[in-house]
Amino acid sequence: MSDAGPLMEVSDLERSFILGEEEVRALRGVTFTIERGEYVALIGPSGSGKSTMMYQLGCLDTPSKGSYRLAGYDVGSLDDDELAGLRNRFIGFVFQSFNLLARTTAVDNVALPLRYAGVGMRERRARAREALDRVGLGHRWDHPPDRLSGGERQRVAIARAIVTKPALLLCDEPTGNLDQKVGQEIVRLFESLNSDLGVTVVIVTHDPAMARRARRNLKLVDGSLVHDGPPLEGH
Amino acid sequence: MISAVLALSANKLRAALTMLGVVIGVLAVTLLVSVGDGARAYLNNTLSGIGSNLLSVVPGRTETRGFGPPAQGLARPLTMDDAQALARQGTTIRGVSPMVQGGGAVRFRNRQRDTMVLGVGPAFSDLRNMHVDSGEFVREEDVTSRRRVVVLGRRVVQELFGDESPLGQPIRIAGGRFRVIGVMEPKGRSLGFDLDDLVFIPATAAMDLFGLDHISQLVTAARSKEETGAAMAEIEEVLARRRNGERSFTVQSQDDLLKTFGAITGAMTMVLLAIASISLVVGGIGIMNIMLVSVRERTREIGVRRAVGATQQDILWQFLLESVVISTIGGGVGLGLGAAIIFLVHRYAPDVPVVLSPWIAAVAFGSSFVTGVVSGVVPARRAARLDPVDALRYE
Repeated sequence: MSDAGPLMEVSDLERSFILGEEEVRALRGVTFTIERGEYVALIGPSGSGKSTMMYQLGCLDTPSKGSYRLAGYDVGSLDDDELAGLRNRFIGFVFQSFNLLARTTAVDNVALPLRYAGVGMRERRARAREALDRVGLGHRWDHPPDRLSGGERQRVAIARAIVTKPALLLCDEPTGNLDQKVGQEIVRLFESLNSDLGVTVVIVTHDPAMARRARRNLKLVDGSLVHDGPPLEGH
Repeated sequence: MISAVLALSANKLRAALTMLGVVIGVLAVTLLVSVGDGARAYLNNTLSGIGSNLLSVVPGRTETRGFGPPAQGLARPLTMDDAQALARQGTTIRGVSPMVQGGGAVRFRNRQRDTMVLGVGPAFSDLRNMHVDSGEFVREEDVTSRRRVVVLGRRVVQELFGDESPLGQPIRIAGGRFRVIGVMEPKGRSLGFDLDDLVFIPATAAMDLFGLDHISQLVTAARSKEETGAAMAEIEEVLARRRNGERSFTVQSQDDLLKTFGAITGAMTMVLLAIASISLVVGGIGIMNIMLVSVRERTREIGVRRAVGATQQDILWQFLLESVVISTIGGGVGLGLGAAIIFLVHRYAPDVPVVLSPWIAAVAFGSSFVTGVVSGVVPARRAARLDPVDALRYE
């Protein structure tokens, strides 16, 4: 909404699910704030609620209690269409398994979010080519995913995430399916996007090496925030 | 639109098989309706070919005007006097001809043929659009003088005379001696009846020949299409007056006949259309089935699209469009095949009456479009309503 104020404000956020007769409390009152331009790792053991938190931060789900404000918007009060619009404008997603459309060229994959933003065909392609250049894959623009390596696919996915010039890059185990060397390159790419474009990066991971590269770590255990600060040693 | 085509080209074999159902359905609609339409056009042509605005009067009374003669029972027969009265007094009709139907052996030297014998008046030729090719038709004085003269149909000439000219030759009809005064031009078959296998003699001569004191029916025509109603009323009035107001006869118009046939062929077309629709429904179910599988397979894709900003409506349209594109392409192919088959039928079997009319094309396209929409709605709604988180997590 406005450039002033923190990008993300999570306050006392709870999320519970009904599983059969039982109520599962995946998030039990989490509070934190992330400013624009931060580079944050969200960590925690599996089942700690970090995936649930990621879906909250990504506006794919809404809080059961408490609130989450993204760029000033109270996510809990928005309807489905408004949430889609918010995701489109403010968030770029990077997934562990890339999630590119098969049999669709790199440039068309990257252009996908622009289509839902109502951008015309010609401009979509031009901006998608730019984004591919930015991640170093400009020369592979017309390749479909099955003709790209894992690292290249993730670069295409990152290009898709930044093509709308979002404020937030939300990454879910982005190096989980890549070998170490390629993973390092992807991490460096996030770092350069963060420092060059000023985009806020939130990486959900359980890779300690990756978490240590972030300036700030948020650690969830059993749905509660147990650490908020610089990377933990010996984690 | 482009993405729908892309999604289809991604799995060509499956798309083709899915389309096949609609292709067959539309092909069935096209062909069956063409047959129905062809039959209707054929009947209309044939019935119009026998003359225009025709009216006929038959003895007996029927309220429902249909095909075939009304029950005759105790009805007072029609006579030559009725024909003359109508010819004298009628103002809205053009020409009146009596008609006496009979049959018998027609013989020339040692050749013989059983044919239909029609006793008529001179007006018959113009009314029924049947003209002589050589010689003369039955004339007024032939009727008044009860002359034993005959005009032969083309078929009869061929069978009895071969290449010889029949004009002026004596022949025997049902034992009576007649002289040939004319030969009809060829007319071909109509409604399964050979119009060339006829002989015409004066109506009076026919009555003498068959020992009748009445005629079978009166043939006349309204002067114009608009005057048909007036003409029918006038005929009723003239004839009823001659019977002290008793209406023991029925006036039938060609329109009644056309309407009856139209109703029959229309009903036939509808039945064929209904049968063809069943195959279209089956095709639609095929599309729905494949679309449901496709939605399941592409759950993750849907999740990703939702994550990058697609609304539920975007997803709904995407899948609906895909279904409509499959179905409409299938419809186009089916229509094309149908047109090709009809073309071949026209080419190699020109007698078979099939017609590809524009409305069939519209129906074929329209119905395949509707099939696409109907069978796409359920899968598309299912896709649109997927929860983004569940869709992204789907393995």
